[in-house]
Amino acid sequence: MNVPTYRPATLERMSATEQQTTPSLEFDRISKRYGDLVAVDDMSFGIRAGELFGFVGSNGAGKTTTMRIALGVLLADSGEVRWNGTPITFETRRRIGYMPEERGLYPTMKVGEQLVYLARLHGLPATAAWERTRAWTERLGVAARLDDEVQKLSLGNQQRVQLASALVHDPAVLVLDEPFSGLDPVAVEVMSEVLRDKASAGVPVLFSSHQLDLVERICDRVGIVKAGRMVACGTVDDLRGAGPEQVVVDVSGADPSWAREVTGVGMVRSEGSRVLLQLQEGLDDQAVLHAALRAGPVREFARRRPPLTELFRDVVSADAAEPAAAGKEA
Amino acid sequence: MISRAERPDVRLGNTQAIRLVAEREVRTRLRSKTYRIMTLVLVVLVIGFALIMKVISSLDAEEKVGFTSATAAMAPHLESIAKGMGEDVDSEQVTEQDGRQRVADGTLDALVLGTAGPRLQVLVDEELDGDLRGPLTAAAGQATLDGRITELGGDPAAVAAEVGRASVDVTALDPSQTFDPERLAVGSVAGIVIYLALITTGQSVAQGVVEEKSSRVVELLLATIHPWQLMAGKVLGIGLVGLLQVAAVGIAGAVAGRFTGTLSLSVPTTVGVVAWLIVWFVLGFALYSLVFAGLGALVSRQEDVGGVTTPATMLLVVGYVVGISVLPSAPDNPIVAGLSLVPVFSPTLMPMRLAMGGVPLWQTLVSLGLAVATLPLLVALAGRIYRNGVVRTGARLRLREALRTG
Repeated sequence: MNVPTYRPATLERMSATEQQTTPSLEFDRISKRYGDLVAVDDMSFGIRAGELFGFVGSNGAGKTTTMRIALGVLLADSGEVRWNGTPITFETRRRIGYMPEERGLYPTMKVGEQLVYLARLHGLPATAAWERTRAWTERLGVAARLDDEVQKLSLGNQQRVQLASALVHDPAVLVLDEPFSGLDPVAVEVMSEVLRDKASAGVPVLFSSHQLDLVERICDRVGIVKAGRMVACGTVDDLRGAGPEQVVVDVSGADPSWAREVTGVGMVRSEGSRVLLQLQEGLDDQAVLHAALRAGPVREFARRRPPLTELFRDVVSADAAEPAAAGKEA
Repeated sequence: MISRAERPDVRLGNTQAIRLVAEREVRTRLRSKTYRIMTLVLVVLVIGFALIMKVISSLDAEEKVGFTSATAAMAPHLESIAKGMGEDVDSEQVTEQDGRQRVADGTLDALVLGTAGPRLQVLVDEELDGDLRGPLTAAAGQATLDGRITELGGDPAAVAAEVGRASVDVTALDPSQTFDPERLAVGSVAGIVIYLALITTGQSVAQGVVEEKSSRVVELLLATIHPWQLMAGKVLGIGLVGLLQVAAVGIAGAVAGRFTGTLSLSVPTTVGVVAWLIVWFVLGFALYSLVFAGLGALVSRQEDVGGVTTPATMLLVVGYVVGISVLPSAPDNPIVAGLSLVPVFSPTLMPMRLAMGGVPLWQTLVSLGLAVATLPLLVALAGRIYRNGVVRTGARLRLREALRTG
């Protein structure tokens, strides 16, 4: 492979910023195994109050297990989940709004009754429960379906009801497993707006998603999980700037081979006279610019920051040993 | 933001949590069509049974015997003799020609034509009804005897009165229990009702558990309440709904029985039968629903509920089949009596036996005591299986595994 393995240098950087604000929701060295299968391996990360945290990783990477542990649905083998510095107890857990990976609603129960029931299980009195149910179904555009059975709703609308069920008790923490899957673009907008609102009201929001462009757009910070480990964690900007430096260079009329002669530079791809180069760590990009100028007139010279999708692909396809070692450094 | 975080924890007491869950069960179930139809069908069946019994008994009841003017004097004799033998005979005086016609068309069972010496001349259509042969023979004997007593200058009525007083005084060393056939029938019906109620409510519990598992709603629920609270609320809710059904059927049956006259049991006995039925439903339900809840938590799909609950269902079926096939003919069968003390069988067998009567007090107490003593054990066991199984979706969980983990 001509692209060197991506190493998440952000991990050290993250711990520096982390010290400034203590996380509101904190996962501390969580581990969980099912027999021989290690589902979550020494996972640590934190979400600050008012922060939207995107949780990404391939299927089976351990995202769902981590979330279920936070909700007490599963017991961790070791480690601790803390909220505002104290371990989450049964009583504080009722303040979490949760959306399970799969639909978690009674198919034959009416939308309104269902939301009220869940709100009351979270400790709301009946009148307040109805009030919140009306408010949230209106906000999410399913108020007209209050008297319909959940199973009669389209999948998208069921998803809206599901989100309403996570919000109906006015939670102080949100943990949402794949809240965007199966939503139409309008619903995606509504959902992102709701999550942003909750975050700006000071609620730490943790959600998982496979829609990386969306995660990149709305999240304050992102955590990438692989094989039960957090392999990269930080703001989108941090992550995108963390990889080996890449530059796009367009030397008018020159053969791309000029780049091969510069030591410490790898060619990622070329398209006509335009090349994408990867610079060895410590190499001065100005040396590259000089080399380019020697080859001909430089029309474009820009640092390239890979999109999250690319970072994710690199992290996930990298050897298991590499990110694991990186994780330990943190 | 800070005030939000410092807001006190949300407290939800045990009672409140269980009540919320139970309320939901009751509301959903009372509204369900299946439940309403099932209850209606059972009520209609038990009322229908009372009506059919009445029709059958009225068909069976009376034998109509015609007497000509020559034999009319024998009619009161025959009626009283028949009554003594437990048969109902209705006599009617007819002309011989008319009588022959009515025997032919079946409105008279027999026509007494006359006597030839000690022999009674009786006309029937096809054959003499078994219920009539005895009374008629005795009446013929009596008539002959009366004739001879009169010839000897005695008073047949005085002799008859003295004969009537003659009886046997029996002292039994070990008196056997006598059973009222009516109570045996009531016991069988009680057995059917409690068996159906236990099996349907038990299945409801298992299906309810799996419904929550398969829809994953259990994840949301367990994030707010403890597994045992969820299980207790569910069992309580479904139990109340089932109890309502049993009470409705029991009371409908008792009222119908009394109203149609099929049931001639005294009011205290009837109330006793219904009360025992309810007590044993509550106990049986408590025992079995725990087992059904635990077993249900092992699987994730409704299709698997039948399979995984088979052992519990079999125990119910065995108790019921043994009871319904042995008890009506041998209500004091010692093996069945023994089985009826064992907690897994007592919920089906004991209410039948209690309805049939003749259960020694100590057996009632032992069966109740054993059933109650088993409860805490089952609560612990089923609670453990439930807690471990309820969040494990996917393949069926082995019982051993569910008991070991957590």
